[in-house]
Amino acid sequence: MGGKSEPTKSESMATKTTNPDLLNSSFFPFKSLKLKTKQQELLLRISILGLVYILAFIARLFSVLRYESMIHEFDPYFNYRTTLFLTEKGFYEFWNWFDSESWYPLGRIIGGTLYPGLMVTAALIYWTLRFLRFFVHIREVCVLTAPFFASNTTLVAYFFGKEIWDTGAGLVAAVLIAICPGYISRSVAGSYDNEAVAIFALLLTFYLFVKAVNTGSLAWALGSAFGYFYMVSAWGGYVFIINLVPLYVLVLLITGRYSMRLYIAYNCMYILGMLLAMQIRFVGFQHVQSGEHMGAMGVFLLMQVFYFLDWVKYQLNDTKLFQTFLRITVTSAILVGGIALGVGTASGYISPWTGRFYSLLDPTYAKDHIPIIASVSEHQPTAWSSFMFDYHILLFLFPAGLYFCFKRLTDATIFIVMYGLTSLYFAGVMVRLILVATPAVCLISAIAVSATVKNLTSLLRTKQKVSQTGSTKGAGSSKASSKVTLDQSQPFQKNGAIALLLGVFYLLSRYAIHCTWVTSEAYSSPSIVLAARGAHGNRIIFDDYREAYYWLRQNTPTDAKIMSWWDYGYQITAMGNRTVIVDNNTWNNTHIATVGRAMSSYEDEAYDIMRSLDVNYVLVVFGGVTGYSSDDINKFLWMVRIGGGVFPVIKEPDYLVNGEFRVDKGASPKMLNCLMYKLCYYRFGELTTEYGKPPGYDRARGVEIGNKDIKLEHLEEAYTTSNWIVRIYRVKPPTNRL
Amino acid sequence: MAARIWIFSVVVAVFLSISAFSSAQDLQIVNAERRIDLSSHIVKAFLTLKVENIGKDPAAEMLLAFPPTQIKNLAMVQALAITGKKKKKTYLPLDVKPTEQSDAPNDTGYYRVKFISPLGPGETVSLEVLYILTHSLEPFPVEITQSESQLVYYHDSAVILSPYHIKQQTTFVKTPTTRVESFTSIEPANRAGKEIKYGPYENRASYSYTPVIIHFENNSPFAVVEELVREIEISHWGSLQITENYRLTHGGARHKGVFSRVDYQSKRSVSGASSFNALLAVLPPRVNSVYYRDNIGNISTSHLRTGFRKSELEFEPRYPLFGGWSATFVIGYRVPLEDYLFEASDGRRYLNFTFGCPLVETIVNKLTLKVVLPEGSKDPSAVLPFTVNQELEVKYSYLDIVGRTVVVLQKDNVVPTHNVPFQVYYTFKPIYMLAEPFMLVSAFFLVFVASLAYVHIDLNIVRK
Repeated sequence: MGGKSEPTKSESMATKTTNPDLLNSSFFPFKSLKLKTKQQELLLRISILGLVYILAFIARLFSVLRYESMIHEFDPYFNYRTTLFLTEKGFYEFWNWFDSESWYPLGRIIGGTLYPGLMVTAALIYWTLRFLRFFVHIREVCVLTAPFFASNTTLVAYFFGKEIWDTGAGLVAAVLIAICPGYISRSVAGSYDNEAVAIFALLLTFYLFVKAVNTGSLAWALGSAFGYFYMVSAWGGYVFIINLVPLYVLVLLITGRYSMRLYIAYNCMYILGMLLAMQIRFVGFQHVQSGEHMGAMGVFLLMQVFYFLDWVKYQLNDTKLFQTFLRITVTSAILVGGIALGVGTASGYISPWTGRFYSLLDPTYAKDHIPIIASVSEHQPTAWSSFMFDYHILLFLFPAGLYFCFKRLTDATIFIVMYGLTSLYFAGVMVRLILVATPAVCLISAIAVSATVKNLTSLLRTKQKVSQTGSTKGAGSSKASSKVTLDQSQPFQKNGAIALLLGVFYLLSRYAIHCTWVTSEAYSSPSIVLAARGAHGNRIIFDDYREAYYWLRQNTPTDAKIMSWWDYGYQITAMGNRTVIVDNNTWNNTHIATVGRAMSSYEDEAYDIMRSLDVNYVLVVFGGVTGYSSDDINKFLWMVRIGGGVFPVIKEPDYLVNGEFRVDKGASPKMLNCLMYKLCYYRFGELTTEYGKPPGYDRARGVEIGNKDIKLEHLEEAYTTSNWIVRIYRVKPPTNRL
Repeated sequence: MAARIWIFSVVVAVFLSISAFSSAQDLQIVNAERRIDLSSHIVKAFLTLKVENIGKDPAAEMLLAFPPTQIKNLAMVQALAITGKKKKKTYLPLDVKPTEQSDAPNDTGYYRVKFISPLGPGETVSLEVLYILTHSLEPFPVEITQSESQLVYYHDSAVILSPYHIKQQTTFVKTPTTRVESFTSIEPANRAGKEIKYGPYENRASYSYTPVIIHFENNSPFAVVEELVREIEISHWGSLQITENYRLTHGGARHKGVFSRVDYQSKRSVSGASSFNALLAVLPPRVNSVYYRDNIGNISTSHLRTGFRKSELEFEPRYPLFGGWSATFVIGYRVPLEDYLFEASDGRRYLNFTFGCPLVETIVNKLTLKVVLPEGSKDPSAVLPFTVNQELEVKYSYLDIVGRTVVVLQKDNVVPTHNVPFQVYYTFKPIYMLAEPFMLVSAFFLVFVASLAYVHIDLNIVRK
């Protein structure tokens, strides 16, 4: 089996070594401006890559054109705030930052609880630009970090495609990934999140590792270790790498593809990558202590056993003796490993798998055990439609690509197949992991497209010029098959090839159109600013979030504590510059449950909770006037569930009527009088929202509210935004007891 | 406050009995009329004075006196001399300067008005004086709820404070609405509609002071810009980039208690009467690339109307401003260079731009105007019709190496009357304009040379 990978390896080596020659020779013949075919090909390739690089960048600027240069959504606001801190105060201050503005009264150790890769990257870009006398604002750097790294990802995809198949597949992969909606969704301008750089780091690590496996070179393995380090510093998704790579190695070992190249690549990458990763405070000693990382260590030990056995086999020269030795060694190795793992786990040295990890393997786990994970919309299992939406034709090309990969099985194609299949499984478990699967899907689809198009074109070319068979290189096996079909010389073969080619181009152009449309319509919304079409087709902007946050920033005491549901925590601290009780870093479930309990209690009970948390203002998001559906009333059941998970006094059935969640007259009395209901609908009953409907008609849920006469005792309305989307209440000081 | 003024007036009276102002007694005011406009939060007072020289020597100047409570809020004093009869009246601006008097009673502040020609003995001259007071309306009650209207106090004297004897004088006070809660009546005084008339008073001695308090309704927007930093960046490539950083507050009665959106949007006439939501900035004509944003992004509620004489930017802060609420924002725009930059006869260049704040009817507590000259400019000097603090700074912008000279002009208590042209002169060699393009070109050139060199150099240790 080991021999099977040899020809492809030498082939890839051949294409690699021709590159410097091409580069060298391209500048020599100044005498004649006419370029040789190789030079033409190089020029074409570089210009295509250049265009793809630019395309990947500008496709992501839709959000800036449609809205403005701003940070999107929730987590990016935290990243932006920390980046701002980093550029203002310097790295050491950042590393030691204790943030008292969030998780009041607990606070948060920022330096030890984040992946600093993104912030450091943006700060470095910022400092470099300033050094070069480009006085840009840090916000612009943050906004454009994601598109910039997406562009870089296309380059990596090209090289990766070239490594596993050929340059054609590389180019197609670069184009596909440049505009794939699955990737664009997380990397539009302004989506300043960890994933923005992490996908680049992920693909780079994989590429360098495959390169290391293919060449057996220490240098590439070292590069891969650094890529892994960057990935660890950027995103928690590095766990995928540290599990996929050992799995891949294991598969190679089982299928008898063990080689010295693999040994060098994996050992170097694992040891150095692990040591480097330990430098990130948030990760720390997890590589040797956590159950999620134990697979990598086990495979590492297994490799040593393999190496040792190889050596013994070479020394012994006796098959029978070796068989016995093998049995003893393998048994004892497994036994020692198992005991070590058992002792480690039992003594608590090795932590068991975390809930997040479980929920990845078992889609139903989170729903039953960790409501806080299940409550996030991006953690839901993926619907078929979103696969179709994010991948479009790639969904059909993916199996075709797998077929080609299996047809030409090498170390590299095995890797991409494994990456594709595992990541696609995870993508099915969680919506957000579509992102991780996207590069693999693009690469495998690129193989399908490239191989198909190459077969078809070579069919056309060989029929025209039978003599010039040597002109196109690298067609390999597909070439041979086309020759065979040529010999059979079916009558409509050429026409058929043309028709198929046209079909491919039609599909690809549909893909391009779909991607552009999706990018401009679906993925470019910052979700802070909401846009809608008015009755006359004009664009209406709802800028209520920023209105409220800016109001908080300007018109409340600087030490005011704001209580809101955790979704808005990052935004309040970043835009409102005020202390929050809970935020999107959901590290303390009890604290969040306390807020959930306050929101779902009666006002006087909630008042005691708020007093104990020093809350000055309560912020709720309400979509009843505008018909904005992702508001706090629709999230309310999660507050009840999370609150009830810690405080059993909160019971979900109390808020439901016959298992149904209602806000109208038929709603349960507890629902109609809980704090969240009161705060959302306070004085809403006096307002006519829609013509022909009674006052107090909730447009988000399409019902007339059940409790129109809401009196607040301990709170008062402090501010409500112009479209009522954000409502802020002031917590009154306790009345004097006389 | 009232008590203080009372003591003050007593002290003034004591001083008067001593009558130590020999030089001041050479002039007397035959007739004085004062009109105080209280309709916005900027108090404008127009004085029409008829001055007679009763001394023996010609007088070259006269003094205007202001009580200490007013002198610190005095934003501007202008004086005009009237010559000619009714139909052929001509107004000549006079030189007005703040001055100190060693014998000033009780911190009275003075402005010196210089006549066009010295006033001979027995001659008379008619003057018009305009002075503007800021922060002179004191909200009472200090805190109001959303449904309440804003009431303010205005403190002044029924008679004009002057170092001279005034034979006859009248004061008219104009209030914004007919709602006047109370006013101190100094006989003869009466109120008709929006106007309160004090006087006529005959033969009041110098430094007479009779404090009055007027308590009335004023719901005009009390838009106070606490700090405004305007930066004008000159690019010789064809444009002026102006960036204005505002910190705006509502300077009226503080908002108390609940803000109710239902009331605010359904009963707009009675709810939040003193709050304001819309602002108007008058920008230069041919303005382009206008933006309006704040720390957290663009603010979409603005409209721009461009015209031949001026452009108007109508904009709203993110939220309505109630008493005590504040908002910070940035307005930026670009205007063509040829409208504002000229070459002087001595070869120097000068920028001719408008001082002050583009927002209408606003007070600016602290205005900092920064003129960023192009890199390589020398010998900057600013020419203004009034005194401001001046200093120089260095700013680094895109592709700067030595930095740009910045002329910083700083003035406190600025009102719309200060929107007058000023000039900044500097010398500049046009060759400096090419420095930045040259840098870019050479950087690109170096990149290509480097890549050329890279492909030609074989870095392999082992020759293949």
